Amino acid sequence: MAGVLVALYALITIVPLAWIILTGFKTPSDAISYPPKVVFTPSIDGYCNLFTTRSRQTPEYIAALPPADSACEQKARDANMVVAGTSNYVPRFVNSLVIAIGSTVLSVGLGVMAAYAFSRFKVPLKDDLLFFILSTRMMPPIAVAIPIYLMYRELGLSDTRLGMILLYSAVNVSLAVWLLKGFIDEIPREYEEAAMVDGYTRLQAFRKVVLPQATTGIVATAIFCLIFSWNEYAFAVLLTSGTAQTAPPFIPIIIGEGGQDWPAVAAGTTLFLVPILIFTILLRKHLLRGITFGAVRK
Amino acid sequence: MHLSSTPLAEAAVRVTPEPLVARVRGLSDRTVAWLFIGPTMLLLLAINIFPLIWTVKLSFTNFRANRPNAEVLGVGLDNYIAVLTDPDIWAAMQATAHFLFWTILLQVLIGFALAWLIDRKFRGHGFWTTLILIPMMLSPAVVGNFWAFLYQPQIGLFNYVVSFLTGVAPSSFSMLGSVQLAPWAIIIVDTWMWTPYVMLICLAGLRSIPDYIYEAAEVDRASPWRQFWSITLPMVLPFVMLAVLFRGIENFKMFDMVNLLTAGGPGSTTELASITLKREAFEKWRTGYASAFAVILFVAVFGLANIYVKALNHVKNR
Repeated sequence: MAGVLVALYALITIVPLAWIILTGFKTPSDAISYPPKVVFTPSIDGYCNLFTTRSRQTPEYIAALPPADSACEQKARDANMVVAGTSNYVPRFVNSLVIAIGSTVLSVGLGVMAAYAFSRFKVPLKDDLLFFILSTRMMPPIAVAIPIYLMYRELGLSDTRLGMILLYSAVNVSLAVWLLKGFIDEIPREYEEAAMVDGYTRLQAFRKVVLPQATTGIVATAIFCLIFSWNEYAFAVLLTSGTAQTAPPFIPIIIGEGGQDWPAVAAGTTLFLVPILIFTILLRKHLLRGITFGAVRK
Repeated sequence: MHLSSTPLAEAAVRVTPEPLVARVRGLSDRTVAWLFIGPTMLLLLAINIFPLIWTVKLSFTNFRANRPNAEVLGVGLDNYIAVLTDPDIWAAMQATAHFLFWTILLQVLIGFALAWLIDRKFRGHGFWTTLILIPMMLSPAVVGNFWAFLYQPQIGLFNYVVSFLTGVAPSSFSMLGSVQLAPWAIIIVDTWMWTPYVMLICLAGLRSIPDYIYEAAEVDRASPWRQFWSITLPMVLPFVMLAVLFRGIENFKMFDMVNLLTAGGPGSTTELASITLKREAFEKWRTGYASAFAVILFVAVFGLANIYVKALNHVKNR
């Protein structure tokens, strides 16, 4: 009985997502048909429109062209258009990747060092510092964005990948410190102490004993940081507009002729969500810890 | 193992005074501690604290970010007075309170029920649980955007399903366009997205209760109802409170999902605090005024979270 109810909830909750993935494979007219179509002939229109820009041409002009060299070109010609170039989706996706990976490396790198220090040493005001690190997460992003906007304008960091990497690192480092401190607390001190008795310095012990022991924790933390940066919208929409724009502010503004091109939006959404789906499955065991900043460990 | 293999080193540690050992072996622990914490603190000072101080400074001026060359005048507490007496701000706070109350209530009820069911450990519960967890991992902005599609009055799946179940015409209501429905439209999406979060924390709480407590209750012939009220609920309560804290802070800051779904509309019925803040700061460019509002919001969330954590610790130590 419990199983049936849970499975029912799971199926209902997954419908909106499944619907978007399906919509990515519809033609624009199927996507907005009433009643909504569950069975339809799959089409690559959405993906074509996602990756290309098209321009309208006269039938005479199109008739005079050599045969289409790709399926997308053929699709476009059937609608009296030609492919004019590539869309901005790929550059925005690449920006998302670069910014997410850059900020993850920086925040996990800084976080693991700070977490080790908080875990092993007597740091004055330790609890206050840890709470301060956590409290930086309580600021509404828009409130943070006001001075950051002004500061980046002065420093020339507006709409740059570096600016976004630094900003996301500052947000993620609080999560990284809290999570990694929990993971490092679980590694017995005796390991490093033994290594140091053997002649390792503190730094060598950290590098050769603690880091390898903390690998699982570091990977889990890194994935959480990646997901945050990947999903972030508020800073991205306010502080980037072109060269450094990430995918989340870009996907909603994909429009075709005569309004929003839902299959293209759905296709862009699907590709954007695939990495998250993979990470969710990889992270399952550590999910609880990550979402509670290490407060609940199971 | 290591100790016994190097009796000499062990002996050396014992006879050499601490500071000397440290100096011989490289940096002292104190130095390492500051070297390790320093960079993180520096980053947070540069990207969080310095801007925060700047915000406080701006909040006492009439500065407008779209007029960088205009003369900046100190206006004292005028911005704060203006914010606190602005009916629009209070409307936004009310909308935020409505959103917070209903999302947290629904998520706790559904999340707890789900966790309780999953804790029965039926076959394949791992698979179904993973499926349930997916929505909370998605980008809130992208979620808001595709729910806007589902909520389309004529063509949207949501309206179709509602009309299929109730018989109302699917074009007769617009979740995002109607003043009565829009506040519920954002509550539904938030609940869809974040119920798994509460569920996961509740599940950890349920699993933290050792079996022997229930066994002892069985021996005492406590009814299942009684067991639920006097064992399950009190022991899961700290977990539920933790989930409420995290959801509360997150939804108090809510911007992305709602901005994509309704952008505060229709009118200003779903204009939550963060959306008002964005309008003031980045559309009307009243930077000083928006800074004052930002400071007030931060003090509110920080203060409330502090009080709440005290209550949480009180419950935990009971």
